[in-house]
Amino acid sequence: MSGGGRWNYLVRRLLQAVPVLLAIAVLNFLMLQLAPGDAATVLAGEAGSASPEYMLQLRQQFGLDRPLATQLLFYVKNVLTLNLGFSFRHNMPVLDLIMARLWPTLLLMGVTLVVSVTVGIALGLIAAMRLRSWHDAVISILALVWYATPLFWIGLMLIVVFSLKLGWAPTSGMETVAAFHEGWRRVLDIGHHVVLPAVTLSLFYLALYTRLMRAAVLEQANMEYVTTARAKGLTERRILLTHILRNAVLPVVTMAGVQLGSLLGGAIVVETVFAWPGLGLLAFQSLFARDLNLLMGIFFLSTCLVIAINLAVDLAYTFLDPRIRLA
Amino acid sequence: MRAFWRRFRRSRSALVGCAILALFVVVAAIAPIAFPGSPFRRVDRPFLPPFSERVFGTDQLGRDVAAGVAYGARTSLMIGILATAVAVILGTLIGSCAGYYGGWLDDLLMRTTEFFQTIPTFLFAVLLVAILTPSIKSIVVAIAVVSWPPVARLVRGEFLTMRNREFVQACICLGMSDRRVIFRQILPNCLSPIIVTGSLIVATAILIESALSFLGLGDPNIMSWGFMIGAGRTFLRSAWWLCTIPGVAILLAVLGINLLGEGLNDALNPRLRNR
Repeated sequence: MSGGGRWNYLVRRLLQAVPVLLAIAVLNFLMLQLAPGDAATVLAGEAGSASPEYMLQLRQQFGLDRPLATQLLFYVKNVLTLNLGFSFRHNMPVLDLIMARLWPTLLLMGVTLVVSVTVGIALGLIAAMRLRSWHDAVISILALVWYATPLFWIGLMLIVVFSLKLGWAPTSGMETVAAFHEGWRRVLDIGHHVVLPAVTLSLFYLALYTRLMRAAVLEQANMEYVTTARAKGLTERRILLTHILRNAVLPVVTMAGVQLGSLLGGAIVVETVFAWPGLGLLAFQSLFARDLNLLMGIFFLSTCLVIAINLAVDLAYTFLDPRIRLA
Repeated sequence: MRAFWRRFRRSRSALVGCAILALFVVVAAIAPIAFPGSPFRRVDRPFLPPFSERVFGTDQLGRDVAAGVAYGARTSLMIGILATAVAVILGTLIGSCAGYYGGWLDDLLMRTTEFFQTIPTFLFAVLLVAILTPSIKSIVVAIAVVSWPPVARLVRGEFLTMRNREFVQACICLGMSDRRVIFRQILPNCLSPIIVTGSLIVATAILIESALSFLGLGDPNIMSWGFMIGAGRTFLRSAWWLCTIPGVAILLAVLGINLLGEGLNDALNPRLRNR
């Protein structure tokens, strides 16, 4: 694939994202209309916490005294230019607030994605290799149970066992604030904190990918190219690791891309349990403060985030598998 | 139908799933008899450990945990089934229109479906419940709004393959109305995958409901498992059972439904069995 083709693909995908972002803005506007009370009070965070001058400014900025269609135009224009308003609870513009919380969430999602995909692929492969043995039974049952467990509950149970009883991991937060670690010691400290949240968030997706991988390996094992490889006299191990694995991984990676939005949703719950200072905890705090405008800002930007990561994954995909055309 | 029962009974996962689910249905049904009065009522001293005077002990306000679990079963099953019903009806309508009519309508409806699959759905559900104010109705609506896309895609696929089958063409030639062809002719032929998908949606609906009520977005007037875990969280160190017991209930209920769904899948789609 030439660099020019990839560039065209990138531009086309970015253009395709525009209607989605427009739709999110419209959706937010509709929800603003559904909310009880005046839209200005919702935009201001909560009635009473904003000054009358700011309310007046909001009404003008969003054209709240105009007809509904004009209001929609104003709102969409504001959102698409990332003018997401001001949060009086946090005394900060919504955009800055979200940007400050973006990195912890990205870190958590990244670690989870890598852990769940790699471990899921490994477990699924083992289960399919040792079909109907005790390995397969244990892995399948574990996957079934993890798939049925609520994330927040796994998190709480892990805290009970590993933080309260064994004292191996910290219960909450992203780093030991009072220690003022710097450089590598800070990285290690954050790494120590990320273990439990990442494991919690991983288990559900790990279960999903394990089941998917097991099914994919079994499906590929019946393909003709496997018979050909066997006829050539290759060892079973080699057939599995070099021929089947490459093909069976594709549906798992595709699924991981599809699940990104859901992963972000899971992050909200997990961050709440572990007080991980990311978008999820911010969403939870804004829920409690009834700061709906902040919540809508988080919704809008996290959708942008999902689209961006999806695009990055798809681009990475074209490097991994040369057969995939950028259609 | 008889073949269905035979295959269904042979599937071990289906039987285990049915047994677990039957247990929850019985518990939910007898909750008002076994635990008369509101589950929010205080019945004993706070923090009684489980398996002593009361089966599952009491919580920080002296409420009976067992009563909470029983009433929570009612809530979870009710919300799971209601939300799934709404999601399946919505998804079927959208999917059948897209698959049957094709063309620009198909494009429009499928872009909408993809849109709902791209957005972080749980965040959207949280936002919906927060804006509509927490109640059974808003929770059901929120869960349904985020759960219909898989049904729509599935139904559309089925309709696309059915659309050109001879019996459908014959119905159209006979001058049957579109509505009749869709609902009386094609839809009955794709019920089995819809039933399987629907059963799995009940499981995710229960998980979403528990997460919503854990975050404090449950209906304040009804007891639910997620609420119990959220409320017991503060006492994790001293009273482990407040979080553990309702969590096990959620796990078992969801596991039972997933197993049942798998069994249904084996029984209804025998060609796909040896996966």
